[in-house]
Amino acid sequence: MIAIQIENLTKDYPVGFWRKRQVRALDGLNLTVEAGETFGFLGPNGAGKTTTLKLLMRLIHPTSGHAEILGRSFTDVSVHQQLGYLPENPFFYDYLTAEEFLNYSARLFDLPAQSIPSKVTALLDVVGLPAARRLQLRKFSKGMLQRIGIAQALINDPEVVFLDEPMSGLDPIGRREIRELILELRRQGKTVFFSSHILPDVEALCDRVAILYAGKLLGCGRLDELVPQETGSMELMVGHFNETLRNELQAIGKEISMAGNLLRVTLADQGALFRAVEAVHRRGAHVIRILPGKESFEDYFVKLFAPPGGSARAKPL
Amino acid sequence: MTKILAIAQNTFKEAIRDKILYSLILFALLMIGSSILLGMISINIETKVTIDVGLSAMSVIGAVMAVFIGINLVHKEIDKKTLYSILSKPIHRTQFILGKFLGLGFTLLVNLVIMAVGLVGVLMFISRGTGGIHSSLFIAVFLIFLQLLLITGIALVFSSFSTPALSAMFTLALYFIGQFNADIRHFGTAANSLAIQSVTTSLYYLLPNFGNFNVIAGVSHGRPIAWTLLGYDLIYSIAYLFILLSASAVIFGRRDLK
Repeated sequence: MIAIQIENLTKDYPVGFWRKRQVRALDGLNLTVEAGETFGFLGPNGAGKTTTLKLLMRLIHPTSGHAEILGRSFTDVSVHQQLGYLPENPFFYDYLTAEEFLNYSARLFDLPAQSIPSKVTALLDVVGLPAARRLQLRKFSKGMLQRIGIAQALINDPEVVFLDEPMSGLDPIGRREIRELILELRRQGKTVFFSSHILPDVEALCDRVAILYAGKLLGCGRLDELVPQETGSMELMVGHFNETLRNELQAIGKEISMAGNLLRVTLADQGALFRAVEAVHRRGAHVIRILPGKESFEDYFVKLFAPPGGSARAKPL
Repeated sequence: MTKILAIAQNTFKEAIRDKILYSLILFALLMIGSSILLGMISINIETKVTIDVGLSAMSVIGAVMAVFIGINLVHKEIDKKTLYSILSKPIHRTQFILGKFLGLGFTLLVNLVIMAVGLVGVLMFISRGTGGIHSSLFIAVFLIFLQLLLITGIALVFSSFSTPALSAMFTLALYFIGQFNADIRHFGTAANSLAIQSVTTSLYYLLPNFGNFNVIAGVSHGRPIAWTLLGYDLIYSIAYLFILLSASAVIFGRRDLK
């Protein structure tokens, strides 16, 4: 079953004061997300990620194109009963306490009044804020605001959750907790659509990703389809080596360097690896680790978005 | 309706947690209180002066509240992006506008009641509890409330597309023009030109007419307020508010929240 279907979605913004010109923030986006998928939406700043989410949430109006969520038009207000949304850098009513804010959010979903207090308590526990229940949001740190933002996005037990940069502003522990939360949502069969800059999180969480650049979709698919997984090269870490072995490995390897008191040898192929391991064994040194020369998603991302003189930002029409 | 009431309640909560509101109420109460001093130097017309000053303070301070709190509360939601998490929920933008309007209206009502209690207290103090307070005083307060609702409606229209400063300027300008709307029509009649007459008549119907809501002079002189005027003002307010809120909803509905 398809959870999100985006067809040719385009958004132009007028810029300038006197002579307005149109800038295309999103250019004919086509995307399909299956129900139950955790879908990563990637791209550098200004690529159009937030614009896409704001379009789907009806905060801005598309110039052209259409989208369906759970089989209904995204403009249909009733479909939003089953959606949750965390805006980027969320800012909430600072005069409300965490409890009051979640109560307010629940009432906007028309949830039965008697079910609200238990839901609020449970969600404050889930996002790790039970002690901040009666604290005004003005006293919240950025990370706490992010957590309460996630809590309000889940108050209606949504089928599809849209998270705009959910890890932003969180410390490593907070990031890990949110990662766990997203995994839990996946286990519950929810569809999670999230944009992020933090690539290791995307690698760890997503079934599929879409990469956006200057308003255009560059690619969409599983990570192993998009990123070359093997480059053929290998990396060997050697301990307790001597100068003779070092010289021998230098002749076999492509590159050699020190990593602490270990020797890191990059080898071109498996033949070179076998010769290197044999040399290590012969000289009485230790093989500490052998790593496949996998190009990380980050390497791929940097390569993709660093064209000479290029910019990820939206272009004037 | 639950959603509209939730938004209204939140708007009220935000307004009453704003310190500016308390400063304005305090200022209004001080003005009402100061009418005792003015009454002292106005031999035999203490009650008249107190009602005059008290109702005028309620009207002017109420208008300032309606303009600034009304505009500020809507703009703050857009500027601080608190709206993102609200409008992404199953809410129509019209429901948001109605909720905001109801919340602001209720805030103004509570403030007017506080000021009215202050005024009644001062009047009882002056009459040493002997003089009765005429019901027309309360009708005058109700008409001030209707006027404030209209100002809130105007503020909502402007803040649905303009900046806070311009919205405040336009709303205040309409508030002042509205006080002298009948004069615009009289000017047209006196001008003896069909073209000017049609322009002034159009303006008369288009711009808010607050002149009919101002019964302060009559009330302070102890004259009763005609029920027909009350009925006319009520129908006028409902019709004008319907137009203002529809316009706000349409404009705000088309707006991109950047």
